[in-house]
Amino acid sequence: MTETQTLERPVEAKTKFNLIDCDIHPSMKTPAEMHPYLSQRWRDHLATYGGHTRQGLSETLSHPRMVPEVSRVDSWPPAGGPPGSDLPFLREQHLDGLGIDIGVLVPLRFNASGQRHPDFAAAIATAINDWQVGKFLEPEPRLRGSIVATQEDPEKAVAEINRRSSDKRFVQILLPPRSIEPLGKRRHWPIFEAAVSHGLPISLHVGGVGGHQATGAGWPSYYIEEHHSQVQTMQSVIASLIFEGVFEHFPGLKISFVEGGFSWLPAFGWRMDKAWAAMRDEVPHVKRLPSEYLKKNVWFTTQPMEEPNPAKNLTDTLNWIGTDRLMFSTDYPHWDFDDPRYAFKVPLSAAEKTAIFAGNAVNFYGLN
Amino acid sequence: MNEMVRSLGNEPGLSTIGGIDCDLHPASPATTTLLSYLDDYWRETFIMRGVDRMSLAMTASPPRAPINVRSDWKAASGFAGDTLEAVRAQALDPFGTRLAICNVLHGSMIMHSDDMAAALCGAVNEWLAREWLDKEPRLRGSIIVSAQNAELAVAEIEKRAADSRFVQVMILAQNDEPLGRRRYWPIYEAAARNRLPLCIHAGGSNRHAPTATGWPSFFVEAYVAQASIFESQLLSLIAEGVFHKVPDLKVVFAESGFTWLPSFFWRADKTWRGVRAETPWVTEQPSDIVKRHVRFTLQPVEAPLETDALARTLDHIDCNDILLFSTDYPHAQFEGVNALSARFGETLAKKILIDNPLATYPRIAADFRKEAAR
Amino acid sequence: MARHVIAKVDELEVGKSKLVKVAGRDIALFNVKGEFFAIANRCPHEGADLCRGQVVGLAESDEPGKYRMTRHGELVRCPWHGWEFDIRTGKSWCDPARTRVKSFDVSVAKGGALAEGPYQAETFPVSIDEDYVIVEI
Repeated sequence: MTETQTLERPVEAKTKFNLIDCDIHPSMKTPAEMHPYLSQRWRDHLATYGGHTRQGLSETLSHPRMVPEVSRVDSWPPAGGPPGSDLPFLREQHLDGLGIDIGVLVPLRFNASGQRHPDFAAAIATAINDWQVGKFLEPEPRLRGSIVATQEDPEKAVAEINRRSSDKRFVQILLPPRSIEPLGKRRHWPIFEAAVSHGLPISLHVGGVGGHQATGAGWPSYYIEEHHSQVQTMQSVIASLIFEGVFEHFPGLKISFVEGGFSWLPAFGWRMDKAWAAMRDEVPHVKRLPSEYLKKNVWFTTQPMEEPNPAKNLTDTLNWIGTDRLMFSTDYPHWDFDDPRYAFKVPLSAAEKTAIFAGNAVNFYGLN
Repeated sequence: MNEMVRSLGNEPGLSTIGGIDCDLHPASPATTTLLSYLDDYWRETFIMRGVDRMSLAMTASPPRAPINVRSDWKAASGFAGDTLEAVRAQALDPFGTRLAICNVLHGSMIMHSDDMAAALCGAVNEWLAREWLDKEPRLRGSIIVSAQNAELAVAEIEKRAADSRFVQVMILAQNDEPLGRRRYWPIYEAAARNRLPLCIHAGGSNRHAPTATGWPSFFVEAYVAQASIFESQLLSLIAEGVFHKVPDLKVVFAESGFTWLPSFFWRADKTWRGVRAETPWVTEQPSDIVKRHVRFTLQPVEAPLETDALARTLDHIDCNDILLFSTDYPHAQFEGVNALSARFGETLAKKILIDNPLATYPRIAADFRKEAAR
Repeated sequence: MARHVIAKVDELEVGKSKLVKVAGRDIALFNVKGEFFAIANRCPHEGADLCRGQVVGLAESDEPGKYRMTRHGELVRCPWHGWEFDIRTGKSWCDPARTRVKSFDVSVAKGGALAEGPYQAETFPVSIDEDYVIVEI
């Protein structure tokens, strides 16, 4: 076996920020926090029918987690309410506590794209976006928002993106990886067009309720499997974007994959390359090796940190992916949170630290 | 770019003489060919219903897709490996293969009627014994079964196990449910009881979408997704406690790829530490369970040629026991006869070619012992 | 090695934990069914406060589908990633050889007895009739 290579990639290091967290989950003390942002019609609908998504359980995720609210036990606000619902405590414990310069909110509640009623879905998306502004972005300048858009209804998604695009506090469009159809399908292309025209990146955070089995092998029994299935889901989204030709058609499109891991990317790229080499006549619109798009159009957030044994093996992964592709995230307040001080168990150069903890996100979101 | 594409498959190889090829595909039989191996109910109703005129090829492995038929092995029929002569001339002789395991990819495994599936699987197995194994001593067989009805699968395993040339049980990677689930356990117990590893081969029923995001448009996408399905199956087998329940079970992943293993290990081991109370029968980290119980056929080797990625990946896997030589004939995974990349090195090559298959397949090991005693 | 008075026995209920700072260290003190145990507070993985973790039993199994809960209240799950540590030894359940936190000797003594020995009561006055938790560092 050869020696582990040293990290040797050019990294653009200049940024005024030291720490950008690309994945913070805001939440509500009660669902009634939504009321000011919903019309009476949708308040009534919410009260009567609640959420109606493409799964069996109405109030919870498919697989119960191993800890309440999927959250760090120490993240419950002393003033009450669930983790992530209390801005003063979020500030104190997280933003101030870790010295975070910019934190990007990723709201998951109500799962707008997973709602089956299309008009309710759109109303929820709009309300969640207004709620982000009212509860977090107005009072806290370090926070940034994600435009929740209804992936299953591209027309309404584009309308929502257009509505928010002038508010620079929104730094990305948020879509769920689990969808009715793979993201690269042409019916989703108006969303990409809107993203590119507004200079907004798209972020895919694990989750969603597309109505399909959580793995290509079927519905797993246990949370440990469902947790891992997020990896395979991200893989299928990437394959779809590449093989449908999305990055050929929208060369400026930037997409980040959040909380789905990243150590699988090299081998997945190698697999795509090999399969494409054999069957590129099926997809003549794909002009380059699939792995080339991975170096150009996609980014990954770091949490949950990959932890090989021995830790030094991660250096190979970083070399293969490129440290210019990785953006630090904590997933606060969720249980598999990463602490920026201890997440990386391999040494990074100063330039790489700057890139991963801030510089890459500055480039991705266009923050400077 | 064309240079790069060629380089994905063309590289120096090591000698494979005397090796055990653990994944070889004779072309699947035409349905008419199977009629004489079916009982009179199925034979007559198949003719009545026109089933005998139907191809039972699967969407998960279209036999004419470029990945499934290497162009220089393709016969005038558009298929490859459809005669014993072709298999001898293209797959056994050039590689110097000592033994090869025939994995027949056939739609019998995915029929919706449990009974029809069982009848067809039985016919394919009988056909394999009569038309291939009887005629070529270098060939061994996999007992194909439909996993969806464990009782019928067990009956076929018990029946076929008497023939020692069948060295493993084979099912497909995608089934109705993840393969760790308890409905499938009788199959694993029957396999272990008969000293037969369980081979899980790429492919599947497509009764539900092959990804959690729905149906991909292109075959190349679906082919790529097979590795994702294997990852899910691997974790299912571990989390459900299959290897705790059937400690003698060996599982062989065929045409799954293996370079995704390090990443799988890292995440599964880490998550297990946090959530293991959910499955308290899993008392070891998942990677250790895999290294003891699961084997992977060599092809496809998915790592770029121009870097040390493969060597680093093997170092990450950190287990020389888990790869089993395969050509995946007639699938297009490499060029020429370079089935075993020089990147593996001579020492590991011997493990892959002979030692690991012998440690995995008790029936083949017994043959070797008998032959050595002679 | 010095002995430090770190808590009154009746201030920590059964099943509860408390952070104590003593001799420059952060120590997580647990009351397990009336017995006191002290381990280093910092999780060796990413530094979370073990004193904030859920105190749980040990989930075990003889075979898939059979569940058994034993050693009630003797493990703490890290409040972040849920790694289980044995409160009695500081060893992690999944990787006892390599992932562990320091465990400290703890004893209980009457306030009256404390006057006789070389104890350090750093944070509060000791009264003769009450029981105290003492840790050796």
